[in-house]
Amino acid sequence: MTDTTAHIDDHHEQPRGIARWLFSTNHKEIGTLYLWFSLMMFFVGGAMALMIRAELFQPGLQLIDPAFYNQMTTMHALIMIFGAVMPAFVGLANWMIPMMVGAPDMALPRMNNWSFWILPFAFLMLLSTLFMPSGAPASGWTLYPPLSLQGGNSFAFVIFAIHLMGISSIMGAINIIATILNMRAPGMTLLRMPMFVWAWLITAFLLIAVMPVLAGAVTMLLTDRFFDTSFFNAAGGGDPVMYQHIFWFFGHPEVYIMILPAFGIISEIIPTFSRKRLFGYTSMVYATASIAFLSFIVWAHHMFTTGMPLGASLFFMYATMVIAVPTGIKVFNWVSTMWRGSMTFETPMLFAISFVVLFTIGGLSGVMLAIVPADFQYHDTYFVVAHFHYVLVTGAVFAIMAATYYWLPKWTGYMYDERLGKIHFWASTISVNVLFFPQHYLGLAGMPRRIPDYSVQFAEFNLISSIGGFAFGFAQLIFVWVVVKCVRGGEKASARVWDGARGLEWTVPSPAPLHTFDTPPIVDDKVAVHKDQLV
Amino acid sequence: MKRTNELIVGLAMVAVLTVIVWGLFAVGDNMAPGATPFSRDVYQLHMIVLGIVSIIGILVFAAMFTSIYLHRKSRGVEPARFNHSTRAEIIWTIIPILILVVMAVPATRVLIDMEDTSGAELDIKVTGYQWLWQYEYLDHDISFYSALDRDSNYARQIGSTLDPREVENYLLEVDKRLVVPTNTKIRLLLTADDVIHSWWVPELGWKRDAIPGMVNEAWTLIEEPGIYRGQCAELCGKDHGFMPVVVEAVTPAEFDAWVAEQRGETSGSATAAASAEGPSMPEPALAALSREALMDRGEEVYEVHCAACHREDGSGMQPAFPALAGNELVNGDPATHIDVVVNGRPGTAMAAFRDRLDARDIAAALTYTRNAFGNETGDLIQPDQVQPLMDSNLDEGLAASSAQ
Repeated sequence: MTDTTAHIDDHHEQPRGIARWLFSTNHKEIGTLYLWFSLMMFFVGGAMALMIRAELFQPGLQLIDPAFYNQMTTMHALIMIFGAVMPAFVGLANWMIPMMVGAPDMALPRMNNWSFWILPFAFLMLLSTLFMPSGAPASGWTLYPPLSLQGGNSFAFVIFAIHLMGISSIMGAINIIATILNMRAPGMTLLRMPMFVWAWLITAFLLIAVMPVLAGAVTMLLTDRFFDTSFFNAAGGGDPVMYQHIFWFFGHPEVYIMILPAFGIISEIIPTFSRKRLFGYTSMVYATASIAFLSFIVWAHHMFTTGMPLGASLFFMYATMVIAVPTGIKVFNWVSTMWRGSMTFETPMLFAISFVVLFTIGGLSGVMLAIVPADFQYHDTYFVVAHFHYVLVTGAVFAIMAATYYWLPKWTGYMYDERLGKIHFWASTISVNVLFFPQHYLGLAGMPRRIPDYSVQFAEFNLISSIGGFAFGFAQLIFVWVVVKCVRGGEKASARVWDGARGLEWTVPSPAPLHTFDTPPIVDDKVAVHKDQLV
Repeated sequence: MKRTNELIVGLAMVAVLTVIVWGLFAVGDNMAPGATPFSRDVYQLHMIVLGIVSIIGILVFAAMFTSIYLHRKSRGVEPARFNHSTRAEIIWTIIPILILVVMAVPATRVLIDMEDTSGAELDIKVTGYQWLWQYEYLDHDISFYSALDRDSNYARQIGSTLDPREVENYLLEVDKRLVVPTNTKIRLLLTADDVIHSWWVPELGWKRDAIPGMVNEAWTLIEEPGIYRGQCAELCGKDHGFMPVVVEAVTPAEFDAWVAEQRGETSGSATAAASAEGPSMPEPALAALSREALMDRGEEVYEVHCAACHREDGSGMQPAFPALAGNELVNGDPATHIDVVVNGRPGTAMAAFRDRLDARDIAAALTYTRNAFGNETGDLIQPDQVQPLMDSNLDEGLAASSAQ
């Protein structure tokens, strides 16, 4: 294999320097670009989060005025969602999906280049609003009208940036679907695909379905703000609540777009370090598809306090509760995969275990939030903030960290520093709970979200939360250190890297050569991660 | 042998996790049971669901940590080969469904109860503004605004010398409370004037959005006299964190006395927004006022309605909220100035005050801003200069101002 790839490399012109990255159509290089971009945005968004936590460190306003505080909460969310979490998953998809299905590259390499290179410009535009006279958006990432329409001219830049992000996501999703459906190696039937590939296939369909909805919603905001339409203005015959319906029809699938690939990653890592095949593979596939379907019919559970009719409230409550069933199946299957395995606890496995526990806590508080009368109390409080940070930070972000440690030796050819990795894990897991767990109490005690200052009764838990926030933020510098150290050198990694690893990506050398599987491998039950029970 | 091991370790894990979860409950804050039958229902529902999810969490994590403890390579365990069990998968699909049904039944009952606003004995209309509340007692012809109290407002400024810890009920006190009778079914009609707000008092057990252009309904029945505090719960701009809700529940007899007192007060004062509706406006309200009366009243109005954006010293907050000190418009032609305050500036945060304040209060605030913060126009704006613009509709108002 090494010989063939070396031979093929000779025929490709390899531009150097900046041109190599600007014009690259190689899925591995583009994957790398996505991942570095995501890491940068993670720190930009994180710095904003620390500004928020610094202001909330004690009662009273000390550092930033309320208008800027609102800009920080809004930008933190937009950057973390569209700049950190989504590009990280797309980067992982770029790197791994072709190797996992035995394809030489993504199906549409030039579009792949484009879908990445739109992003830096989109975020440059979004961040530039911070320096404009009317400031960055300050109405929360949901951009609810009429509040969002009070912004100045910088609002047009925000909307254009969101459009660009949407275009990038849609192109990425098309590429992933085309790759998975058309470029699988012979024998790689759909039900032999790794769970990560399945999760991304389903996620990509969600992206194509809902990103245009977001584009429509923000375009209506644009015309309401600048061209005198009244889509969301009651005085002109519009309806402010209609925006919320349209937004959350995008928004709820969006939160699953950020978690389904994480499910896929965890379903790769746990079997590897348990040295046992994934338990209930087919039910995992069906559970993922059911979650995706349900995500389209639960959107209004974000809007229980808007005064919906009783029947609608009941429908959305029941539908939301049903999501617990397929999600529960996934958690039970992960635990059953571990059960009577032969486990070792390298850093990727530690993050995966932490994911299962902490994501489940976020899921359980999600069940509580589904109960409409109780939601009348929880809604728009720190209880909600705690809930979605448990599923997004200790869920999505921890899965991305786990994936990075898991595949880093394959990408760089070197083992990362296991001791540092473990320090990073423990520092992150402890501090993230100090950061977010007390926020459950704050919400139950009555602290609304998105406030820059609070009554003194909330002082203690905010203090604890802020300390956790700073600890978690600085712990991520260890992560950067581990990654940079690993890129620069270390112990050579073998092709298989982990002794329990299965799947095509572990059959190519480490580091993976620029071009893999120019000749497709033949896949059967012995090579595949999962036995195809339908064949 | 192996099975016993698993059982013993599993039980130990359940015990450890139970202690941890109990510990967390003991350390933390919990939802308040509240002061109404509905809030107690919600509290019970919350406790039931919290209990159920805690037990589920304990069991799942116990199984996982048992496995982590027992099934590790360092103990020399060989991995088992099973990867499928139809029976187990059916069981853990059906049991969660049953648990969900158990939670859904009481939730549905409580929700249906909440939606039934019939039979209310008192109607109060609540209107959210950036950033204060207006309460209108529809049956009693009483109406007033309720904004953050002075001490909190002073302590919350950046660089304030007053420590929030020394302010009683910091950020949870208002200048005028919503007074309601106990043991009375009260229907609240919620709406907003500018952006979406959300009216929330935790001890009443619910929050409900106040949406411009829509009227939402909710009800409450407070059993015990007392003061119940809450806040706006929907992000509504810069001072979202500074528009508290304070409800004072008193006995019906005390409430009647309060109503009588309010009526006596409001008929002599110009604060009643209800009286600002054009033709029904009592004549004396348009009578000319002395400079002193205008300036005093103006300062009060300015602090409640203007200072949140334009600051108490008129320095504003650039760029969205312009400074009034030395402002060209404020120091310029009175007609344009009146028009901006009465009709607002569409597309900006500058609200139209025609529906919020009466001509007297607007005149007073205008006079104040034209003669404070170093502005020295020296002119007085009288209510009869403001009233014509308030009587005309918006388009005419704009036309009138452009003609000038």
